[in-house]
Amino acid sequence: MSKLNSKIPKGDLADKWTNYKSHQNLVNPPNKSKLDIIVVGTGLAGASAAASLGAMGFKVKIFCISDSPRRAHSIAAQGGINAAKNYPNDGDSVYRLFYDTIKGGDYRAREANVYRLAEVSSSIIDQCVAQGVPFARDYSGLLDNRSFGGAQVSRTFYARGQTGQQLLLGAYGALSHQIKLGNVELFSRREMLDLVVIEGKARGIISRNLVSGELEKHFGHAVVIATGGYGNVYFLSTNAMNSNTSAAWQIYKRGAFFANPSYVQIHPTCIPVHGDYQSKLTLMSESLRNDGRIWVPKNKEDAEKIRNKQLKAKDIKEEDRDYFLERRYPAFGNLVPRDVASRAAKERCDAGYGVGNTGLAVYLDFAASLKRLGKDVIEERYGNLFQMYNKIVDENPYENPMMIYPAVHYTMGGVWVDYELQTSIEGLFCAGEANFSDHGANRLGASALMQGLSDGYFVLPYTLQNYLSKDIKVPRMSTDLPEFNKTLEDVKERINKLMNIKGSKSVDHFHKKLGHIMWEYVGMGRTKEGLEKAVELIRVLKIEFWKELRIPGETNGVNTELEKACRVADFIELGELMALDALQRNESCGGHFREEYQTPEGEALRNDADFMFVGAWEYKGDGQLPELHKEPLVYESIEVKQRDYK
Amino acid sequence: MNLTLEIWRQENPKAKGKFETYKIQNISADCSFLEMLDILNESLIDKVQLPINFDHDCREGICGMCSLYINGRPHGPDDEITTCQLHMRKFKDGDTITIEPWRSKAFPVIKDLMINRNAFDQIIQAGGYVSVTTGGVPDANSIPVNRNDAELAMDAAACIGCGACVAACKNASAMLFVAAKVSQFALLPQGKIEAKDRVKAMVAKMDELGFGNCTNTYACEAECPKNISVANIARMNREFLCAKIS
Repeated sequence: MSKLNSKIPKGDLADKWTNYKSHQNLVNPPNKSKLDIIVVGTGLAGASAAASLGAMGFKVKIFCISDSPRRAHSIAAQGGINAAKNYPNDGDSVYRLFYDTIKGGDYRAREANVYRLAEVSSSIIDQCVAQGVPFARDYSGLLDNRSFGGAQVSRTFYARGQTGQQLLLGAYGALSHQIKLGNVELFSRREMLDLVVIEGKARGIISRNLVSGELEKHFGHAVVIATGGYGNVYFLSTNAMNSNTSAAWQIYKRGAFFANPSYVQIHPTCIPVHGDYQSKLTLMSESLRNDGRIWVPKNKEDAEKIRNKQLKAKDIKEEDRDYFLERRYPAFGNLVPRDVASRAAKERCDAGYGVGNTGLAVYLDFAASLKRLGKDVIEERYGNLFQMYNKIVDENPYENPMMIYPAVHYTMGGVWVDYELQTSIEGLFCAGEANFSDHGANRLGASALMQGLSDGYFVLPYTLQNYLSKDIKVPRMSTDLPEFNKTLEDVKERINKLMNIKGSKSVDHFHKKLGHIMWEYVGMGRTKEGLEKAVELIRVLKIEFWKELRIPGETNGVNTELEKACRVADFIELGELMALDALQRNESCGGHFREEYQTPEGEALRNDADFMFVGAWEYKGDGQLPELHKEPLVYESIEVKQRDYK
Repeated sequence: MNLTLEIWRQENPKAKGKFETYKIQNISADCSFLEMLDILNESLIDKVQLPINFDHDCREGICGMCSLYINGRPHGPDDEITTCQLHMRKFKDGDTITIEPWRSKAFPVIKDLMINRNAFDQIIQAGGYVSVTTGGVPDANSIPVNRNDAELAMDAAACIGCGACVAACKNASAMLFVAAKVSQFALLPQGKIEAKDRVKAMVAKMDELGFGNCTNTYACEAECPKNISVANIARMNREFLCAKIS
């Protein structure tokens, strides 16, 4: 039997989740309080899971890398959250949301998981409204919707340009409630550095107190990893500075498989890079594509004059503008999915039509909408985004079009999980962006919030209970068991090794170098030669890192350089795995674009005969090649087609 | 541009801190303030010195993690921004910039410019939520909300919990922070059921944690990166009074 058992319940697609819930095992209330669950991460997935599990009566410990759960990077999601409510009566349904998500993911996601996601999407909105999340409303007092890429209906609920913030604060409120009741214990300014496995089951973690520097041992009957994605492997991304892959990477090294690491979402509408001192990139919400039109000059000479500041966007006449998304994809226009929009922008810039100082930018123009709707409406819809743009770029987007360029934003790949969100280590679960399960090779806009909250509010509370029903006779374990001490020693040794390199270069030096390699060779356009080169360069970088790194200070107390070093050591290893995964996937799909595999029109060309599978990698030891396991993707309810947004 | 930086250094919460002077050269006007500190830290690491610790995360003005009291203003010399959104174009070549942590009894310094804002979490835990648990809630559209109320609730809910209001206030009052949460729920039907208990519990916790009182200087509103209005404080006071006398 294959090592991958996705445990998809039997029955019709639409009945699977109901059947699962009807037949799962339960834990009675007195037993729940005897069972401990560790949740790592306080974003949408982690906070909602911990709050729900705490309310059910389990004893939950939640670990937060920042000073407060409210800082988690879910907070930065702008545009909205999808749900198949069909409130606008425009033809939406669970099936349609499911279909759009599978198609948007370029037929590389697991059908049963995606259907469940669409199925629970409505409950998420109900839950958040009950919590007092101030969603946008129309004059009747009912909820308002907007459109997002890859859909022809309006199913996106939003709270101005701060939807992620409001949803996270809702989950944070629910979590705070459970903390007050004593059902959840919060450990802030802690970072998980390793997983404790006892007799093949996840039974705890080793964390570092980021204030005292102390290493701590924590027991849990089960462990949930909800630590987000790995976009910061590129150094420059829209992720927060502390976002990292270490929890996911450490569990990979303990036996959890890592799936589809090469599936990375490059978001089309970000503020372009402006200098080598830059620390991160800022996203301009996809919702802007509702009212903004993307264009570059039709003539190369005009583009060059704009780059040399001899012309401005306003000087280009309407007939001399190339609205390239509307031209190439008339049916979806500016609202094509992100991977398609990003590649189209890159194509124009590579061909010499880009604008801005560097030529690596295209216009996102609101002039037509401003004329049609007026400044007040635009300000109400996008005011905070326009202000954000103005503060960073020092230009007024009400007067001049925004300049945007694609940037790394989200990672569809992640820890392999089965239908229950359990990893290949028993008792270890993974939720939210950290897992691989729902978005295939490309995520649609406003679906990350949906998935994080679906996993946390409505999936894990059932599946974890099913798992823990077998553990009711297992008493709380002592953290003095040899497995805890051994794992703690492993972590100590790793930290000492890093501290004792005593080289001459900072962590950021290596992180930036890794970022350049990844963006150049494992970015928007990939080739066999480039990926092979990336593997080679990353291996050299790894040797340099372990020889030349300098971490000032001590292991006791606050040491942010040490924190970063632990994370970058893991990013370097993950970078290699991403390149290997991209190399084995001899096709283009979603965010993974291999230049050798494209249609004559330049669209991604899949190879369903050979690559309709989830690629799950098993760690085989330091310096060893990991082993690839394939989970075949079977589509029973959907016809697999070439994606077409024309 | 070339700048002189006077930066607060403090080894740990108990240590006595002091200002240290750093010179920094060739900073681009398009560089953000925190990127300028990154550059300074890289140069300190080059000299095998300890980098300056400061809180930061999203670097796009929404997580509320960054702080810094810059030339006497929380989040520095610009309106409606967080420190991570401040750019060096707001300074001139040759300027001296003074950088301190938030100063408040309730926000003790952890190290250098890092502070402990755990008090804000404790205030929220005291009642800054609607006590629904997961599942069993009505359909979203069965709770209509007047659009104007929803907009006002959203204005208040935009608070990022950074603590600039406390840092700006001569009394280190947390009234604007607490009022924003109280107002959000007071304006919504979902929040009305627990409104009285909420405002009493949150205010009591705020007092217990050592935050000062409000003397209506409006410094909090002036420095709030999200432009939260002091009208929320008036609303909270009214909620509090009603809760006390009923």
